[in-house]
Amino acid sequence: MTHSSTQAAGGPPTISAPDSAGERPSTRSRRQEAASWGRSRRGRLGPLPVVVGLVIIWTIFQFKNDRFLSAQNLTDLALQIASTGTIAVGLFMVLVVGEIDLSVGIVSGLAGAILGVLAVNNGVNATLAIVAVVLITLLIGVLHGLIVVRVGVPSFVVTLAGLIGWQGLELYVLGNGGSINFPPSVITDLTSTFLGTPAAVTLGAVLCIGYAATLQVASSRRARAGLRRSSPLSNALRVLLLAALLALAIFELERDRGVPLALLIFIFIVVLVDIVMRKTQFGRHVLAVGGNREAARRAGIPVDRIRVEVLAFSAMMAGVGGVLSASRLLSVSASAGTGDTLLNAIAAVVIGGTSLFGGRGSAYSALLGMLLIGSISNGMDLLSLDSSVKLMITGIVLLLAVSVDALSRARR
Amino acid sequence: MTQPILRLRGISKQFAAVQALDSVDFEVWPGEVVALVGDNGAGKSTLVKVMSGVGPPDEGVIEFNGVECAIHKPHDATRLGIATVFQDLALCENLDVAANLFLGQESVSWRLAKALAWLDEVEMEGRTRRLLQALSVKIPELTTLVESLSGGQRQAVAITRALLGGPQVVLLDEPTAALGVEQTALVLDLVDQLREQGLGVVLISHNLADIFEVADRAVVLRLGKNGGNFSLDTATSQDVVSAITGGTGALRRRPVRSREKVHDDA
Repeated sequence: MTHSSTQAAGGPPTISAPDSAGERPSTRSRRQEAASWGRSRRGRLGPLPVVVGLVIIWTIFQFKNDRFLSAQNLTDLALQIASTGTIAVGLFMVLVVGEIDLSVGIVSGLAGAILGVLAVNNGVNATLAIVAVVLITLLIGVLHGLIVVRVGVPSFVVTLAGLIGWQGLELYVLGNGGSINFPPSVITDLTSTFLGTPAAVTLGAVLCIGYAATLQVASSRRARAGLRRSSPLSNALRVLLLAALLALAIFELERDRGVPLALLIFIFIVVLVDIVMRKTQFGRHVLAVGGNREAARRAGIPVDRIRVEVLAFSAMMAGVGGVLSASRLLSVSASAGTGDTLLNAIAAVVIGGTSLFGGRGSAYSALLGMLLIGSISNGMDLLSLDSSVKLMITGIVLLLAVSVDALSRARR
Repeated sequence: MTQPILRLRGISKQFAAVQALDSVDFEVWPGEVVALVGDNGAGKSTLVKVMSGVGPPDEGVIEFNGVECAIHKPHDATRLGIATVFQDLALCENLDVAANLFLGQESVSWRLAKALAWLDEVEMEGRTRRLLQALSVKIPELTTLVESLSGGQRQAVAITRALLGGPQVVLLDEPTAALGVEQTALVLDLVDQLREQGLGVVLISHNLADIFEVADRAVVLRLGKNGGNFSLDTATSQDVVSAITGGTGALRRRPVRSREKVHDDA
């Protein structure tokens, strides 16, 4: 959009005089082009590198093993990424505010352990146990946050201590048995429930209509206020793209067991967090604190409270992820949440384009990044590759993804 | 107008053994651009901090529109109608122009809980556009992230934000430092706009050329004391420089090389 058309939309024509700086028109239009290119909030290239990477990886794996893109394997993939992906969403918000949470993997394991002790060993109602676990992890996050802002210990250190300490608590909670198996209950239903075709299609249709309505309302409000708005064509294309993606996913998943409830929970959280970040005052403040903490403080934003809230949210998401993980594996053991859970979650968010230095990123980075990491892991399992090769390839992909992002920023 | 908006009398402030300000008088009238000049360590920053509430004075009287008042913290200054744009601008580069203007005071359309409130982006963008138009600030697109703006445009955004609260006095700390020629012109145009709107503007600057271009009056601080008060319609830059350096003789430490001399060298 050019400057003059913005003016024409509702401003007095007097202002479209030449720039006071006296730039030549060609320079000006080039700068405007650069500026509109810079509008993307997910880094220079937006989600493009991840999507391209995903297409490449899926093509390679499908070529090597034609079961990779089968309905059954894609359903398995969806179930595999749901729990770590949920953890990654919490981590995303922590990274945006300019902090880090190293304890999310262990807290997810601890959540599974507490869930097992409550629901299985002590016979607490399964739903109640889930709620209790989520609240406990929320409190763990509040504790992290309070130590960070009150005592002034960096979140890196606080959550590193948490990484060690909460693992101790996890072992303590599990006791000598070391492992708890979950009999069928609401807990196991979370990952063994699938939406049938009618329900899935209805949900998809509602989402598309809702999205179209939101775009339409926003467009007409902006038009009434004389502001630049997206064209009806681009709105229609966006809705069509969403509809096509949903139709494809539903069609594919319905050929197997159906749309997994766990996947819906994960995506619901991603969409919710994305809306909170872009459309609410809280999200705006999180971005501001991550972008320039001192500026946010001077603008009267309660910086410390927001840091606590974000760390609390991340621990809570780790709790939800832990519940989903326990549900899928039907058991929780001393090794739950250890190993690569934390690193996969961080890798997912970073591959998705969220900056480690705060202020930049989209909630969808958790979804796309997790899909990429999950696909690599799943595909290499199908090819029965040795874990030595898997680790090296995952490392290279992470480095590649971040390099693409860094290079696109440097080119500016 | 019969009285200054802001008048400071006998302001003193001491840091340990250093007398940073010694009984300084200062005033700003409506529709006036006052340049506050002085050498490094002359007390300019300390005086700005007194007016912006960041560093209250030890002694002295502050009058706002003729009423004596105390400024203990930044909030006091803001409430009175004194806005300050510090040199670091305090902008969030990862947010767009409208988001920066309304940072911390966002318009919301409905509120669920404390900060869980729906942003009214249409309202904020509309107000941003009207504000920028009123000041003739040209920014191609309001949804441009601040990181892709030029230095002058950033300064303009910071100044515009300072105007949101409807202040009567605006303090600008070195607004043209580190700006190129074109960008400086953009900021000085904006200062002219502020004067035309009847605001009092205090401009701290090292650049005499800028001061003579835009300011009506120059107040010189020297070693924490009033060193001179010049109407810039009549004063020459020699007058101001000698007041800054505190002597009529030691104006320049380096002799000026004439053009002929340069050619001789070549």
